[in-house]
Order: sequence, then structure tokens, then C-alpha cells
Amino acid sequence: MTLTVNGERVALRARTLAEALEELGYGEERIATALNETFVPAVARETTMLEDGDRLEIVAPRQGG
Amino acid sequence: MPIYYGTQIDSPLMLGTAQYPSPAVLAEAFRRSGAGIATVSVRREARGARAGDGFWALIRELGVHILPNTAGCHSVREAVTTAQMAREIFATDWIKLEVIGHSDTLQPDPFGLVEAARILCGEGFKVFPYTTEDLVVAERLLEAGCEVLMPWGAPIGTGLGLNNVYGLRSLRAHFPDLPLVVDAGLGLPSHAAHAMELGYDGVLLNTAVARAGDPAAMAEGFARALEAGRLAHGADPMEPRDMAAPSTPVIGQAFLS
Repeated sequence: MTLTVNGERVALRARTLAEALEELGYGEERIATALNETFVPAVARETTMLEDGDRLEIVAPRQGG
Repeated sequence: MPIYYGTQIDSPLMLGTAQYPSPAVLAEAFRRSGAGIATVSVRREARGARAGDGFWALIRELGVHILPNTAGCHSVREAVTTAQMAREIFATDWIKLEVIGHSDTLQPDPFGLVEAARILCGEGFKVFPYTTEDLVVAERLLEAGCEVLMPWGAPIGTGLGLNNVYGLRSLRAHFPDLPLVVDAGLGLPSHAAHAMELGYDGVLLNTAVARAGDPAAMAEGFARALEAGRLAHGADPMEPRDMAAPSTPVIGQAFLS
């Protein structure tokens, strides 16, 4: 299926959010996710199923004011 | 020293972590300022970049409290989702809530701010709302569950100082026991001293330090000004008056004319 990950279209084999993060290479990084503009906590990644066209945001710590 | 949501902080300074020339300069600015709180954000992470992990390690080494923000959010939904992601990443319920209402002035959207604050307080967040000095908005934010208010001094990044001293003083007078922090718009240590002289509990700034020619020196300058202002407020300053009044005794002056 094809997802939009951080604004870019990406083809993935993954069926769950956890599989997608693994396939994308995020591994053990300190990240948080939102699927279709809704926060998905880390504990729910394995049970969160993806659908073609989903929009996934992956964020990490950054500088801020 | 200020107490935010039951946590006492040993400095009135909240310092941002953006725009420094290098991580080493950032760390030195924090060391010389004695800031007790660092503001941070969440942003998109590119595949394989691992930039977040490096920044997280740097922040942990500072040994300060972390205050994530929702900077750049223009809608309630954006701000709420960003806050939820920040809570997970930084492992804190604290959130500096920004809902921006205008892209030129970066001023808060008070309507969206109150709505987002109500949602987040209901989810157990400890909300630090970036707001205007408007008294009615302040009351709505307190009704929503906020226990700290952070009115702006001037638009973010302008360095103009306290644009509405009357409004800030009025807010302080109406909420004598509420932690109040001037957030944004400060450019010089004298601005920070002024905020403390008004009885504010602290200031939040970033650009004034990070974009100074010598950020660490400026950070220390702010720290000293904050202390000066805090002492002055506690010392019960004199009332200004229009007419001059001699400070040197008149009685006993030699008659020489």
C-alpha cells in the first residue's frame, strides 16, 4: 500500500503501524506518531492497522522556544 | 522562587533551546543563566536521521525541567495532537500551549487556546498557555483548568519588551497568587527586570539569548536582571511622582545668596 509519511508518498509492505516504523528504519528511536491527524500512543502501534492512503506523521525531539 | 503545578523551580528563567550557533553554546548559556526550565518542541524526523536522539541526550545533560511546546500550531486539533505526541516523547505532562492566531504577529488565538486548554487539562496535562494579557481570556483559561498563565510581552522574536505594561500589571493585580510568566518578545535584560518589578514570577525567552553575539554572556545578563527585578519588587518600590522633591535635606543649607 501507499502511505504519506511526513508529507512524502511511500510504498510499504507493512500492515500495522509498528511494522511500518520497522520497515521505515525508525527502530528504537525516540519518536511519536500520529495517523490521519490522530495521536497513536506507542503501546497501540502493534494493533493499529494501516490502510492505503493513510497519512502518517513521525516526530522526534527538537529545539524549541 | 516560582512553583508551577506543585513543582518549585530554582530560577525565574525559562530558556528556549532553538537558534543557538552550536550545542556547546546552548549548554554554556544554560549553565551561566541558571535557567530551571528548557523549552523544546517536536518536529518531523527523517528516516535514519536520528537527530532527535542526539538532541534529547543534550537536553538530558542540562539537568533542567523540560517544557515541550506546541509551537507553530494554528488549530485546536493540531495543538492537541502535538501535545499528546510531546507528552509521550518527553515523558512529561507539562505543555506550553501555543495556538497561533495570526501568521504576521504570531499572536495567540484566544478562542482556540481556551478550547485546546480545556481538552488538554481534561486529559491530565499541566498547561502553560501562551496567551495575551487580556483579563477575560485569562479568566477563561483558569476556568479551563490552567494554573499558570504566560502572557506575551511582545510578538515572538521581536525583542520589543513589554508592550502593554498596564495590561500586565492589571493581570498581576487580579491574580495575586497565580504563577505568571512573561513569554515572548523580550530583547534585553532590562525587559526581564521590568517584568519581575511588576511582580511576575518569571520570564520565558529564547531569541534574545540565542541570537546575541555572545549568547552565554547575554544569558547571564538576563539572570542577573531577573534577580535585580525580583529583589526590587520585594523591596516595595517608591511611588513615582510628577513633581521634583529634593533628596538632600533643605534644613541647614548655608545661606549664600
